[in-house]
Amino acid sequence: MRFLLVEDNHDLGQSVQTRLSLDGHAVDWAVSLGDAEDHLATASYDLILLDIMLPDGDGRDFLASHRRAKRDTPVIVMTARSAVADRVALLDTGADDYVTKPFDFTELEARVRAVLRRRGGAAQTALTYADLTFDPLAATVTIDGQVRELRNRELRLFEVLVAAPDRIFSKGQLCDRLLSAAEAVTDNAIEVYVGRLRKKLEGSRAKIETVRGVGYRLTET
Amino acid sequence: MRHIIIAAGLTLWASIAGAYEIEEEAVFEGGEAELSILSTTDTEVFAPLIAAFQASNPGVTLRYTVATSQQVFAALQEDAAFDLAISSAMDLQLKLANDGFAVPHASTETAALPDWARWRDQLFAFSQEPVVIIASKAAFDGKPPRTRAELIDVLRDDPARFVGRIGTYDPMISGAGYLFATQDARQSDTSWRLAEVVGGLNPKLFTTSGSMISEVQSGELALAYNVLGSYASQRLSGGDAVMIEALDFTHVLLRTALIPRTAERADLGATFLDFLLSAEGQQLVENETGMPRINEAALAAGPHLRPIRLDPGLLVFMDPLMRQQFLNEWTAAVVQD
Amino acid sequence: MMTVFSPAGSIRRRLVVILLVVAAVLAGLLFVSVRTVANTAVETTQDAILGAATVAIAEELRGGEDGLTIDIPYAAFSMLGATGQDRVFYRILVGAETVTGYADLPLPDAPLSGLKPTFFSQQYDGDVVRTGAVSRSVLVDGRSQIVTVLVAQTRTAQDAISRQMANQAATLGLGFFAFAAILSIFTARSVLTPLNRLAEAMGRRGPQDLRPVDRAVPTELAPLMQALNGFIARLRGALTRTETFITEAAHHVRTPLATVRVQAEIAMRQTDDDALRATLRNIIRAVDDSARSAGQLLDHATVVYRADQRADELVALGPLVLDVVDSFSPTADMRDIALRVDAPDEVIALQFDRLLIESALRNLIDNAVKYSYADSIVDVQLSTDGTFAKLQVLDRGRGIGDGNSVQLVARFKRGENVGDVVGSGLGLTIVRDVTRAIGGSFDIKERQGGGTCAILLLPLA
Repeated sequence: MRFLLVEDNHDLGQSVQTRLSLDGHAVDWAVSLGDAEDHLATASYDLILLDIMLPDGDGRDFLASHRRAKRDTPVIVMTARSAVADRVALLDTGADDYVTKPFDFTELEARVRAVLRRRGGAAQTALTYADLTFDPLAATVTIDGQVRELRNRELRLFEVLVAAPDRIFSKGQLCDRLLSAAEAVTDNAIEVYVGRLRKKLEGSRAKIETVRGVGYRLTET
Repeated sequence: MRHIIIAAGLTLWASIAGAYEIEEEAVFEGGEAELSILSTTDTEVFAPLIAAFQASNPGVTLRYTVATSQQVFAALQEDAAFDLAISSAMDLQLKLANDGFAVPHASTETAALPDWARWRDQLFAFSQEPVVIIASKAAFDGKPPRTRAELIDVLRDDPARFVGRIGTYDPMISGAGYLFATQDARQSDTSWRLAEVVGGLNPKLFTTSGSMISEVQSGELALAYNVLGSYASQRLSGGDAVMIEALDFTHVLLRTALIPRTAERADLGATFLDFLLSAEGQQLVENETGMPRINEAALAAGPHLRPIRLDPGLLVFMDPLMRQQFLNEWTAAVVQD
Repeated sequence: MMTVFSPAGSIRRRLVVILLVVAAVLAGLLFVSVRTVANTAVETTQDAILGAATVAIAEELRGGEDGLTIDIPYAAFSMLGATGQDRVFYRILVGAETVTGYADLPLPDAPLSGLKPTFFSQQYDGDVVRTGAVSRSVLVDGRSQIVTVLVAQTRTAQDAISRQMANQAATLGLGFFAFAAILSIFTARSVLTPLNRLAEAMGRRGPQDLRPVDRAVPTELAPLMQALNGFIARLRGALTRTETFITEAAHHVRTPLATVRVQAEIAMRQTDDDALRATLRNIIRAVDDSARSAGQLLDHATVVYRADQRADELVALGPLVLDVVDSFSPTADMRDIALRVDAPDEVIALQFDRLLIESALRNLIDNAVKYSYADSIVDVQLSTDGTFAKLQVLDRGRGIGDGNSVQLVARFKRGENVGDVVGSGLGLTIVRDVTRAIGGSFDIKERQGGGTCAILLLPLA
């Protein structure tokens, strides 16, 4: 996916950009509202991550003019304000959702997914691997015309694996993608979800292989 | 002194007390309490009223003393003890009240009286009596005069016929006569002309209305001038004498009562006064004594009727000098020796 | 809590009392002046009649060869009876000798002069009498003699008229007073109307309404308005500064925290060293913990403030629950926790501050999701018995353990079995404070079959 990140803090902006890139997303980073306008004028984005306090203005004003201009790129606001009153006000301004700093990337990803699903149709389309079709937005795999629904964690696990077939992912790596960084689980917790996903993929030529002592990979047989 | 018929239970007792003279005194026995009335009205006239009063106040013995109006006035000025003073001489009564010889009295009965029939809650009128002319029809060829002017004309036309046959009060002796004469004098100049015409006819002077009426009835008099009508109306029916209310004006005398300041039983005096003024008393006054009750409607119906006003004007002729002057003039006009 | 003022006196009452006192004084003055004027008028009239009678008698006095002739006109005395029934006395003197009338009628103190009658009052025969006196010279027996005429009259009629006048003056005075009293009550009410309106307008204001008061008020209220607006401006300034400070502070603290967290996550992605990963995870949890505590502290402050200055409105509970649940669903999704809402179709409405209810709801659902195991279900059930709305949040988490519910909701108290879950302990305190403010009840207990059951009872509108 392609994000526009609007964040004036250099360290945070860079970190977020890096972090999103790790998940395979493309991120353009604007440090001011003017900068953001420039980016929006030349490119189109799947989603905008918007900071509120910016050197050349208030993110809410940007949001309001963004909505007035009938641009439908979804916006998730990153706010440092956490009071209930602020949250209500933010949604009223036209934000699709918000995350409070500091935020968990797993949660951000979940919210992005929810926003996109609500918007019904993003740039992302279904993709095929081996003999199955995978629709991440609908959270389904279709094998032999048979549609199987994936639960959230199965979906994300499959998403990670299918993005780089044949590549071996360690349990830790998969944990990082599936679970919140704050969640206290051992890496072995991943085995449960691998097990479940294998069941969902039964009957397909796509298989999750265990590479003993290293991790897992998706292969086609 | 006149003789009167005395009913059972009454004692006749004449006396002369102090400087004033009484004509008669009657005691109507009742109870312990004694009410003493001094009056100018004859006992037999008042007897029915007294009887009715005692019927409703059985415990009261009533001493009824008759005197002339001058003597009634004199008695009260001497502070003789009476509980009620009744007189036909309005001027004398008003003078008594004005000079403080009467005590005030207020009751529902006195409040019901018209303003002209009372003075200062001290003097109250209980009958209104026209001052009339009594004439012999025969003497006037069946056409008695209707006004003083007509009378003057008749007298002038044929003086011989009336010489010695005209009667009127002697104002020097009679209080009522003095009142009528002074009121006449003040009312119109016609009165003085009449007085002079009468004076030329050698008139006869009287002290009571009764005797004048009797003489007209007997034919001795052709005409009696200024007579109290109440006395006249009772006796005249069917006879030759007729009663005339002069149409130019006819004075109406108010018979009044007051409670003297010397009253020993002022309460009983007040009770009798209220009885006189009550509806029952007024009915009796009119029916039993022949004196017309206080009746505003009757006055309104007769435009010639002039009630003598109970006001301080009455005091004028009470002044000794004024009295002397008036009597001098009157004598000069009427007596004409 | 709201401070209850004990008022020191009432302006309205004071105003009414002052106006009534003024009205009473004016009514008294009116009474006295009407009486005085009336009495003077009556006395003047009576004197004029008395004077006319006196003069009429004096003019009829004639001298002559054989002494003085007196002719008292009938009308002279008669007219004295015109105004009432008063006793009349008179005395006529030639020089010092009384020729007729009441010889003991008192003479005036001062010698008489002129043709106009002199009037004086004194006691005679038990009554107060008003006497008119006039003297003139008359030739008697060829000698000039001073003749004096006194006419006296009691004052019963005058007193009666005066009494009547006094009654009328009193009626007038009382009427005036009654009228003024009614008027003063209306006046007091009308004078205080702007003040009452202002007070009403201020009372109606919501907690966020810090606009200056721009009502048109009478001049006398202008200083109060200025002071009020000055105060509001200062309050607004203080609040704005505080808000700005908090915002700035939050921004300045949270942005670096966010940076730390992101970088820790990145570091986790880049290492397979278990020990290092555990350390990084601890860092992340510490960051979350502090951020969350700060947020809840602010929320709790908001709840306390708004519980005092509530912006009450009609809140439909069903849509609100769905809305809040909706906003939690991504978070729940992450751990494959299903959020199930069971609400009736009927409208369940409360009269309360929407924000406060939302705060309570958020904390309950947040807790439920937070303490649930992955792959479990959180049930949110809404129902009503006609008087109360019942909201239950049920999870299959680790439950509340041995700690009782009373302790659990105390500030900064957390269950003994929270383990490694991030939390500040303020969440349930917020729920409790909101429930108290609305007059409802809150209970949290072990759910049968494991987990927690939180029950909110809220009175319906």
